[in-house]
Amino acid sequence: MNQAVKPNFTNAAKTALNNPTLRSNFRSAMDSLRERRAAQFPDALELEGARDLASAIRNRALHNLGQNLVELERNLIANGIQVHWAETPLQANQIILDICQRHDAKHVIKGKSMVSEECHLNDFLAEHDIEALESDLGEYIVQIDGETPSHIIMPAIHKNKKEIAELFAEKIPGVEYTEDVDTLTAIARKVLRHKFETAAVGISGVNFAVAETGTLCLVENEGNGRMTTTAPPVHIAITGIEKVVPKLSDVAPLYSVLTRSATGQHATTYFNLISSPRRPGEQDGPNEVHLVLLDNGRSKIYNDEQMRETLKCIRCGACMNHCPVYTRIGGHAYGTVYPGPIGQILNPQQYGIDKQGEMLSACSLNGACGESCPVRIPIPSLISELRYEATRNDHQGSVYGQGALRKLHEAILWGSWRWIHGHPLAYKAMGRVATRLRKLVPNAAMGPWTRTRVKPALAPKTLHEMIKDDNR
Amino acid sequence: MTTVYYFGTCLVDLFYPTAGMAGIRLLERQGCRVIYPQAQSCCGQPPFNSGFRDEAAAVAAQQLALFSDHHDLVVPSGSCAGMIKHHWPELLKGTEHEAAALELAERTYELGEYLIDRLDTVLEDKGQPTTVVVHTSCSARREMGVAEQGKALLGQLANVTVEVPAYETECCGFGGTFSVKQPEISAAMAEDKTTHLAAAGADRFVCGDSGCLMNLSGTLEKRGIQLDSSHLYDFIWERVQ
Repeated sequence: MNQAVKPNFTNAAKTALNNPTLRSNFRSAMDSLRERRAAQFPDALELEGARDLASAIRNRALHNLGQNLVELERNLIANGIQVHWAETPLQANQIILDICQRHDAKHVIKGKSMVSEECHLNDFLAEHDIEALESDLGEYIVQIDGETPSHIIMPAIHKNKKEIAELFAEKIPGVEYTEDVDTLTAIARKVLRHKFETAAVGISGVNFAVAETGTLCLVENEGNGRMTTTAPPVHIAITGIEKVVPKLSDVAPLYSVLTRSATGQHATTYFNLISSPRRPGEQDGPNEVHLVLLDNGRSKIYNDEQMRETLKCIRCGACMNHCPVYTRIGGHAYGTVYPGPIGQILNPQQYGIDKQGEMLSACSLNGACGESCPVRIPIPSLISELRYEATRNDHQGSVYGQGALRKLHEAILWGSWRWIHGHPLAYKAMGRVATRLRKLVPNAAMGPWTRTRVKPALAPKTLHEMIKDDNR
Repeated sequence: MTTVYYFGTCLVDLFYPTAGMAGIRLLERQGCRVIYPQAQSCCGQPPFNSGFRDEAAAVAAQQLALFSDHHDLVVPSGSCAGMIKHHWPELLKGTEHEAAALELAERTYELGEYLIDRLDTVLEDKGQPTTVVVHTSCSARREMGVAEQGKALLGQLANVTVEVPAYETECCGFGGTFSVKQPEISAAMAEDKTTHLAAAGADRFVCGDSGCLMNLSGTLEKRGIQLDSSHLYDFIWERVQ
């Protein structure tokens, strides 16, 4: 499992920045997503009200997380849905493998699920001779190219039409090169349709799990989610423990901000409410429904009241759509399951700052993510907090890998900064000397700054001195 | 007469002191008495944003005492004002300084915000017709919520046409230590921003936050783009002379 591999973020980011096709694919995709979201929220007051409500619902759901999960399990079981708890991705994979093997599944069909990406489920099943085919068009595209999703809701957003046309012609037998989108979609549809008919197991994610009714909600646009969860005889849903909400009435406000923030849709084409396996007399639906509830570090995040806000996320992707860094480097550069701002706060907490903390520096703290978050996660504040966790050396923090990014030269730099700025006379003397010797400051003193910028000009005299001269 | 404290910021102190003086004169023009404690230095954003909170907290705590009388604190920078208003209370939470930090936060303002919202400033333009393109810092826009006040001041200048660049609300790539820790990403953002600034076809680029200004004027010059840059408050002061 590659979660233990430390990605070299900076190099990956540089490579991405030097790829003009990738740059232009992301720029145009993010522009369009930003515009579509903005069009869905023409009234600023309505937007802020909807965010307040969604944030309050998620806060309440998390406040009683334990109780909500107990109620969810009870009602799912009463509905005939089998519930499994997994602390680690490996446990989740094993649970899913056991079910697949019990049904002698040789291939399974999957709907989109970021939690299954956390588990690297496809690789795990492949190691056990089970082929898992992604049925979401974007996921299908990245799967046949041997890639991972570059965006949590639009997995193949890094590719343009031409690249997808080339990929299909190369990877799908009997397909000729075409850039016609309808034809390309029809090709994928034909491949997938056959798999829906023959798969022994369908695996999906979950957007909201409703405790009071024992209902699994699935938001999608392609109908592949409905096919995945109804055509095969067995349906396995997998989700993180934070996805539970107490009431059915909580779903509509969350759904509304989710679809508008994510794809700028007032509503998605499909919204599935899964309440039970096929009942006697029903025409379709699976004979068995399972839910796997994965922790994978979430309980640890939950225990820190400030960091708990991370778990409010409803996975809309608006933070990445609005992030100026993500817009320029794309999702793969992060080297993590969750890219962009939400990934910057989630991955280091799940896997440790030492393993997945490098990209914490890739944020200008401009605030666009926090401003666009439909559930008001203070992402910039949490990034700042994690930078503190990454450099503190007092062993008091709650995050894995605390202090892992503390570098001696930085500690010395900020220690000196503190001394100079804590001694007004020293600070003023420094300003005086720096401004007098301004012509002698070498370009090299500015480090990487001057590679792309002209050196800033120190003033002949500081403001402190000008004011003093002015007799104030 | 209103008495106000003035926090000049370290970048203004060292790189744009005339803009700092212009801010003081604009306040005095509105009848304010301005106090500039000489023992002030930096708001602490560089270490704070790098995770070195203890260092930032120590310097913040020390400077709190400089502004202890209940005068409003005016700062010619959205990001430094945001640091004092939002992050000093956070840094000093649970310490003996917490109450003082919260109290100071209540009376901390960005300069343009103060001139427009508190002093009802009206400017009379004495300059020749010109066009400027303006960039507003993300801290002024999102953290302080004062994106419109700087533009409102410019809007009062009768002979100045104000343009905004494409992608107006997107970050310029400065981000303090971000620009040094991720120089390639920062440079890509600055390159895009300067392209949009140049495309606005203005005579001059103005910006009210020293960090963004330094980033963008330096990038413009390195790229050989002919667009003069000014600090917002230098520009405004020059127009009303």
